[in-house]
Amino acid sequence: MNDNVLIRVNDLKKHYNNGAIKALDGISTTISKGEVVVVIGPSGSGKSTFLRSLNLLEKPTGGTIEFEGQDITSSKTDINKLRMKMGMVFQHFNLFPHLSILENMTIAPRKLLKMSKADAEAEAKRLLDKVALGDRANAYPSQLSGGQKQRIAIVRALCMKPDVLLFDEPTSALDPEMVGEVLDVMKDLARDGMTMVVVTHEMGFAKEVGTRVIFMDGGQIIEEGTPDEIFDNPSNERLRTFLAKVL
Amino acid sequence: MYLYLSIEDWLRSLKDQFYLNFIDDDRYMYIVKGLGVTLEVTFFAVLLGIALGILVAIIRSTYDKIGKEALDDWKNYSRGNKSLRNIWKGFLTWSLWFWDQICRLYLTVIRGTPVVIQLMIAYFIIFASSNNKVLIAILAFGINSGAYVAEIVRSGIMSIDNGQFEAGRSLGFNYIQTMAYIIIPQAFKNILPALANEFIVLIKETSVSGYVGLQDMTKGGDIIRSRTYSAFMPLIAVAAIYLIIVMFFSKLVTMLERRLRNSER
Repeated sequence: MNDNVLIRVNDLKKHYNNGAIKALDGISTTISKGEVVVVIGPSGSGKSTFLRSLNLLEKPTGGTIEFEGQDITSSKTDINKLRMKMGMVFQHFNLFPHLSILENMTIAPRKLLKMSKADAEAEAKRLLDKVALGDRANAYPSQLSGGQKQRIAIVRALCMKPDVLLFDEPTSALDPEMVGEVLDVMKDLARDGMTMVVVTHEMGFAKEVGTRVIFMDGGQIIEEGTPDEIFDNPSNERLRTFLAKVL
Repeated sequence: MYLYLSIEDWLRSLKDQFYLNFIDDDRYMYIVKGLGVTLEVTFFAVLLGIALGILVAIIRSTYDKIGKEALDDWKNYSRGNKSLRNIWKGFLTWSLWFWDQICRLYLTVIRGTPVVIQLMIAYFIIFASSNNKVLIAILAFGINSGAYVAEIVRSGIMSIDNGQFEAGRSLGFNYIQTMAYIIIPQAFKNILPALANEFIVLIKETSVSGYVGLQDMTKGGDIIRSRTYSAFMPLIAVAAIYLIIVMFFSKLVTMLERRLRNSER
C-alpha cells in the first residue's frame, strides 16, 4: 500500500431508475497527495457526478470511496468532518451573497474550527493578498466580477486548510478574458503542492499543470495517464474523437 | 329637510354628531378599548403564527430537501439491516414523513376554510367550556396565520439556489448549520415584504372577532352605531384608525427593507 494515497475509489456506481441510467458505471482510481488530476470528457460523461461523489454531494449507489483511510460512503462516517478537509470550488462560484468577502471566508473556520475572529481574518487577508484581492475584503459578492468571485471561492475553500481541492468546471461560467486569472491561481496552488481534482474543458491547463489526466465517457474511465500519453499519443478511438473536437 | 344649508349649520350638525357618537356617555371608550383588544389579539396571534409557521416550514422543507431521499434510501438499502443505528435512522426518517403529512393536513384545512368559521369553531366547539374570548381569538388567528406564514417561509427557503446549500455543506456545515448561517438569513430578506403583508392582513382580519362576541375595535364602532342610530361617524372613525395603523407598519417595513438592502451594497 502506498502511504501517499489520499483518495481511493473502488467500483463507484451511481444508477438511476433501478439501473436504467448509469451516470457512473464502475469507477476505480486512486488519487495521491500532491497530484493534480484533471478529468476530461464529453458532457454527460459523468465527470461532474464523479467529482461530486468524492465529497458525497452526490450519493453513490454502489462502490466505496476511501478518504485518508476512512470509507466515506459508510453510514458510520461523519461526512461533515471529512468535508472540512475537502474543499470544493463550483462552476457558479456559490459565494454567500449576504456576507462580505471577509465573512464568506471566515464563517466556516470560525464556526467549524472554532478559530478566533482575529486569527480567521488574518488568515483570510493573507490569502486575499495572495490572489491580489486584498483591497476587496469588505466588498460584497455582487460587487465583484466573475473572475474575482471565483478567486474568492478558491481562497474561501483554502481557509479551511483542506487536504484536497475539488474543482467542478471552475472556468466554464466565466467570460473568456477572466479565465486566465482563475487558472493562474490554480497553477500557483498546484506549484505549492496542493492536491487537486479538476473537472474542466481547459485542455491547456490539463496539459500544462495536470500530473494525470482521466478521460471519462458513458460513466466509465476510458483512458488515464500523463498529459503526454493522453494528448500526444491517444490510443483509444473515443478519446481521439473527443480530442479532435476540442483541440 | 333644510331648504338651504349654510356652512355654519353643517358644521354644527357635524359637531352634534361627533358629540353624540363619541363624547356623550363616554362612547369613545368603545373604540379605545376595542383598539386595545385588536392590537393585543393581533400581536400575540402574529407571534404564534410566526413560531408555528417557521416550525411547519422547516419540517416541510427538510422533508422536501433530505427526507424524501432518505426515505427512498431506507426503503431500498437499509430496511433489512437490523443494527440499532439503522432502526434509529428508519425511525427518524419515518417520523419526518409523519410530521410532514400532519403539516400538509394543517395547511390544507386552514387555508381551505374561512377564518371566521375557524374562529367560531374554536369558540363554540373546541373551547366551548372556556369564556376567555381574547385567548381563543389569539389561538384561532395565530393558528390561521401560521399556515400562511409557513408557506411564505417555505417558499423563501426553496427560492434560495441549491448551490448555496451545496456550498455550505461542502465547507463542512451540517444541515442545520447550513440552514441557520446560509439559507435562512437570505430567505428572510426575500420574504420580509410577504411576511409584513401577512401581519397587515391579520390586523384587518381580526375585525371578525365580533362573531364570537369579542369587543374588538370593529365591534366597538358597531356598538356605538347601534346606540346612536348614526353609522357615519363611528364606522368612518374605525376605518380611519385601521388605515393609520396599516400605513404606519407599511412605512416601518419599507424602512427595514431598505436597511437590509444597504447591508449588501
